[in-house]
Amino acid sequence: MNKSNQNILGIYTYVDVLVDAIKKLRAEGFENLRVFSPVPNHEIEDALDTGKEPSKVKYFTFCGAILGALVGVCFTVLTSLDWPIVTSAKPIVSIPPYMIIIFECMILIGGLSTFLGLLINSRLRKDTPPELYDERFSDNKFGILVNCNSDDLEKIENILRDFGTDEVQVNGVLKEEAKVEEVKEEEAKVEEVKEEENNPDSTEVKND
Amino acid sequence: MSNFDSLSASEKYSHLNETVMNMLNKPGWGWWAIFAVDMMFLAFGIYCFIYQIYTGLGVAGYSHPVLWGVYITNFVFWVGIAHSGTLISAVLFLFRARFRMSIYRIAEAMTVFAVATAGLFPIIHLGRPWNFYWLLPYPNQRGLWVNFDSPLLWDVFAVSTYATISSVFFFIGMIPDIAAIRDTVVGKAKKVFYSVASLGWKGSSWEWGHYTRAYFYFACFATPLVISVHSVVSWDFAMANTPGWHTTIFPPYFVAGAIFSGLAMVITLCIPLRYIFKLEDYITMDNFDGMSKMIILTSSIVFYAYLIEFFIAWYSGNKYEYDQFIYRAVGDYALFYWIMMFCNGIVPHLLWFKKIRHNLMILFIITLLINIGMWFERFNIIVISLSKEFEPGSWGLYKPSWVEIGITVGSFAWFFMFFLIFVRTLPALSIAEIKEILPVPKKNGGSSHE
Repeated sequence: MNKSNQNILGIYTYVDVLVDAIKKLRAEGFENLRVFSPVPNHEIEDALDTGKEPSKVKYFTFCGAILGALVGVCFTVLTSLDWPIVTSAKPIVSIPPYMIIIFECMILIGGLSTFLGLLINSRLRKDTPPELYDERFSDNKFGILVNCNSDDLEKIENILRDFGTDEVQVNGVLKEEAKVEEVKEEEAKVEEVKEEENNPDSTEVKND
Repeated sequence: MSNFDSLSASEKYSHLNETVMNMLNKPGWGWWAIFAVDMMFLAFGIYCFIYQIYTGLGVAGYSHPVLWGVYITNFVFWVGIAHSGTLISAVLFLFRARFRMSIYRIAEAMTVFAVATAGLFPIIHLGRPWNFYWLLPYPNQRGLWVNFDSPLLWDVFAVSTYATISSVFFFIGMIPDIAAIRDTVVGKAKKVFYSVASLGWKGSSWEWGHYTRAYFYFACFATPLVISVHSVVSWDFAMANTPGWHTTIFPPYFVAGAIFSGLAMVITLCIPLRYIFKLEDYITMDNFDGMSKMIILTSSIVFYAYLIEFFIAWYSGNKYEYDQFIYRAVGDYALFYWIMMFCNGIVPHLLWFKKIRHNLMILFIITLLINIGMWFERFNIIVISLSKEFEPGSWGLYKPSWVEIGITVGSFAWFFMFFLIFVRTLPALSIAEIKEILPVPKKNGGSSHE
């Protein structure tokens, strides 16, 4: 792992603290953030200012719908003209019944291309390596992943800790608060990280 | 669990995950017993179908002039059941109705399985079911394409589009929840299954950004689709000039009836599920209250349609139409007609009373009655209209045969088979969406809704 591509992950229980930490990080000029949450949240979106770059799924939806309608038109009109046969004394190309087919094709292809748009936009473009993900993010924890230079690691860690993070992981390895040592690149296994921190804010929830 | 309210916001999030995971535990003997009984009914249904293929369509009760009977009734019934799922997931999503959150997954699953059931019946109904693919739009040996002017072909497009879109919608909604299962599930095979099914979902903010937009667009597509599909199904009838069918009120009447029956079926499924898996913290009285009120609304529309049909039959001055409706009320099938009137028109109005809406036992019985009533509504429309058309010389009665009844019972078993497997393998509660209505964990200023 080269020096310019370091990943530091802060895990949070509370959204308000998380949002403050995001704002602070962005104010300090760290824009390469990725925030994990078990649920979509508007405060996080606002803090990240994601509205600046709206989702491109809409173009897939729009083009899919137009394409679908065109497929419907071709299907009905061209096939009727291909073998003109009069049914029920109606015109060869009778638009009102064809509208139904055109409508259904529009919905079908528009819907499927929306799904394709979701796949292409959200996953295939940039993926998070598994060691930088924590399984609690789908449960009740939130996380900030910052991609940075190795020089900035300490500064970011301090910001994350100032805002009361539950724990900090550097390149997928748990980092204790007391120890300040270089993290080696080989150790990148999340499974080994099960230890609790002594931080009182850390509430690993177990219900009866 | 009565202590749910005392949990902190963060603990509630975990509680929800655990509740869903518990539903996916290894099923006990109770589940296997129900599944075994279900399989027996399904086996009988399959036997009846094989017998019908082997012997010919004569074993169904079809006789001239009634050549659309119980099979088409079942088709319309199951397509109708399918409708409320998309209504709850898409239309109520666009209206931001909070009571949909905890039940919409169950409703959507019901939609997908009901369409899978409905889709069988046009094929079962065929004399030569192995030629069902003739309905698909492709040119035959002589280069002639299908007849795009025919309502039956519109039906093929509408129902197959509906099946595809509702399945994809069902799947998209589940992606974050499957990821949540993937993160906690034990066992290698299960881990692989849920990992693949989650499509690598990680819950990062840009994933959520695209996801919520895609979900919104999907809801926008699904909403007109719900209305179009049952309108198209109603045109199977309304486009013909048979008395009792040939009315413009059919599309809205069918759509309202479909939503009405689907809502009843959702409640029928939710009440036992809530009891068995102890989901009282999530499927609350508010859910049932909201659905009951929608049942009152749709029931009123349906009841209005029943009455206006009579009015128009008289007002139109069309003798055939008028006689048809008199025949429905006092003729050979009058019993079925009045079952329908009672179950769909009268019984749902008990739900005006809050005490009844909040009594789950009574609510359960009411929804069962509605399901029965809606099945007979389709039976009445199809069979009674066909049995007395224009020519008195060709009038005739129809009685379902044991084969038809067996296949009908089998179709219910088929539907419940999917549902039983579903509650044990996939998240029946929407984890991500319920978290949206749970309080957000906050350190300062307590917890609040976003």
